[in-house]
Order: sequence, then structure tokens, then C-alpha cells
Amino acid sequence: MAAGQVQALRRRIRTVKSTKKITKAQELVATSRIAKAQERVNASRPYSLAITKVLGALASNASVDNPLLVTRERVRRAGVLLITSDRGLAGAYNANAIRTAEQLIAQLKSEGKEVALYIVGRKGVGYYRFRGRDIAASWTGFSERPSFADAKKIGDALIEGFAAGSETEGTFGPDGIAGVDELHLVSTEFKSLMTQHANAKPLAPVQVEAQADAEEKSSEPRAAYEFEPDADELLDALLPKYLNTRIYAALLDSAASESASRRRAMKSASDNADDLLKRYTREMNSARQAAITQEISEIVGGANALAAAGSDV
Amino acid sequence: MANQLHVEVVAVEEKVWVGEAEMLVARTTEGEIGVLPGHAPLLGLLKEPSQVRVKLAGGDQLTYDVAGGFLSIDANGVTVLAESATPATPESH
Repeated sequence: MAAGQVQALRRRIRTVKSTKKITKAQELVATSRIAKAQERVNASRPYSLAITKVLGALASNASVDNPLLVTRERVRRAGVLLITSDRGLAGAYNANAIRTAEQLIAQLKSEGKEVALYIVGRKGVGYYRFRGRDIAASWTGFSERPSFADAKKIGDALIEGFAAGSETEGTFGPDGIAGVDELHLVSTEFKSLMTQHANAKPLAPVQVEAQADAEEKSSEPRAAYEFEPDADELLDALLPKYLNTRIYAALLDSAASESASRRRAMKSASDNADDLLKRYTREMNSARQAAITQEISEIVGGANALAAAGSDV
Repeated sequence: MANQLHVEVVAVEEKVWVGEAEMLVARTTEGEIGVLPGHAPLLGLLKEPSQVRVKLAGGDQLTYDVAGGFLSIDANGVTVLAESATPATPESH
């Protein structure tokens, strides 16, 4: 009986140990990925700062009738781009992103808009496919190390759908995207190693006012630019690039958040495994000790009984 | 500083090159443009694909193959923004 208990505990310790090996390895991998992801966020910053500044200068010079800037009078269908991870074991990372997206979708629906869902990452795709809900388009396989080419692929497809609008029937682009009248982005913002925050932001139509504010904050006097070709044409060329940059930045930020979230989840799993190991080892030792004590007392009792029996004869 | 041009070549994924140069030559959709220190502020869309040449003091020259690029000149110097920028010749700096 007691020996069985010891055996069961020994088995359990083995299980916890091998689980801990996995969580510990994941934790270490995630830790190194955070640093890499942050590096890439920093490396992409000069470009996004510069393009924001340039766009601010342009927007004040060009006529604002670019389709990417104009808010549509009637919004029939809204597109939501949700960024999740490809792999699990990342704590509440995906749950938070999906919950934020769900809130946004509920709000859009209450405003009488149809919602077209675009998803990055296998976890988000799995969530919606399991529930049998329509996904307009999805991209997977790069959530941990997104490249600009990935962002461009997504951005180009979304812009094509947005440019077409919901009035045009049919689908566009190689990914088969239906036309939409506005675009929203749900991604996870990397605030610090301990805090990541999922939030929803409008993507298109592009808010130029926000650009102008950012421009003023930089406190440089706005130069009177010459344009080559003219401002409207430049704006046509730059706005898609700007959107792609924003998607790229969101992908990078989300990748950093994913790793940070995974690291935290895996760290607490490893810590928990340590606690369990300590407890099970104690239990096993005391069970073994109890078994030994019992055996000894049985032997002593038996010997005593024999001795007593012998002296009687 | 006045006769040196501050040049930044920035790709989406990283800053490619930053430094002082004599002159920058690029090709916009309208035609070739040479930028010397003190150039008037200008925004230009680069031809697709195109090369940007940075002429350094001492006669050296850096050439970059640029895709999806544009050019911004302001009081601080020239910024070449590109979706990708790769050195066209073996690095000479």
C-alpha cells in the first residue's frame, strides 16, 4: 500500500520535471525573443517618424479628397484586422486581443455595420473557425518575427478592399477581400515587460489631424516644401506606404508583446512546477520513511513475539 | 557644417546609412535630381526601381538600390525613405 503511494508520487515528480523542462525552455526562448523584437521595433522607428512628418507636411498642402482620407458618408461594412499569435502558451495574450476585437465588433454591429474580419495568426483563426464564424482573410506563419513584406502583403490587400468600398460587389486581390468602408486595427501594445495592452485603433480613413498634431509637437517650423511630382500625386503614393508602416509597427509591437506575455506565463508555470516538485518530494520522502518505519516495527514486533514464544517453552 | 550635407538613408526595417556627404543624386518620377547643401525643402517620389548615389568628401561614393522610396529635403538635410535599400556596390566606407 505504502510502496504504491511512493511509486505514484515518483511518477508524478517525473511528469512535473519534464513539464518544467518545456516551460523553462519556452521561458528562455521568449526572453531572448523579446530583446530581438524590441530591437526591431526600435530599428523601424526612424522610418515611421520620418514618414509621419512628411505626411503631416503633405496633408497641409494637398487637397484632402484622397479616398484614403475621406470618411465615407454611409458605412455599410467595416473591416477589422486582428493580430494574434501563431502559437499558444502565451498566457492571456490571445484571449485579450480577441476580447478587444469582440468588443469592437459588437460596437460596430450596434451601429448597423457589417463586419469583415481579417486575422493574423493561427490562434485567432482557430478561435473563429471553431465557432463557425466567417473570416474574410487570414495570414499566418510570421507572428513571432514579422517582416515588412508580410505587413505589405496585408496592407496592400486591405487598401484594395478599402479603395473598392462596400458598394462594389465581389472580392479583390489574391486573398479574396470584400470591399469595406472603414478599417480598424486590433493589436497588442508593448508597454513594458510586465504590461501589454490590447487595443483597437482606426486604420482607415487616415486621420490627418492626428498627423498635424504630431508635426506640431516636433516643434520644428514647417518648411514650405516643393513637391515632385505634385502634392496630390505624392499623397496617393505615400498614404498606402504609411498604412503599411502602421501595420508593420503593430505587427512588431504585437510580436514583442507575445513574447513578453509568453515569458511571463512560462515563468509562472516554471515557478509552479518548482513548488509542486518540492511538495511531492516531501510527500514521497515521508511516505517512504513511513513505509520503512512500519517495516522495522513489524520486524521488531515479530522478533519480540518469537522471543516471547521461545521463553515460554 | 554649411558645405556638408546631412544624409539619412532609412529603410522600413532599419536605418541603412547616416552621415555627412558632399552631394546626393537620386532619380524622382520627374527626373534626376542632385542635392547639394542648402537645397530648398522638397518632397519627391523616387522612380521605381532606382539608385541613390551619395557622394562623400574625398571622392568616394555610396550607391544604394532603392525600392518604394521617396526623398525628403528640409533644413536638417536629406532623408531617403525606402521600403528597402541595399548597397549596390561593395561597401566603400
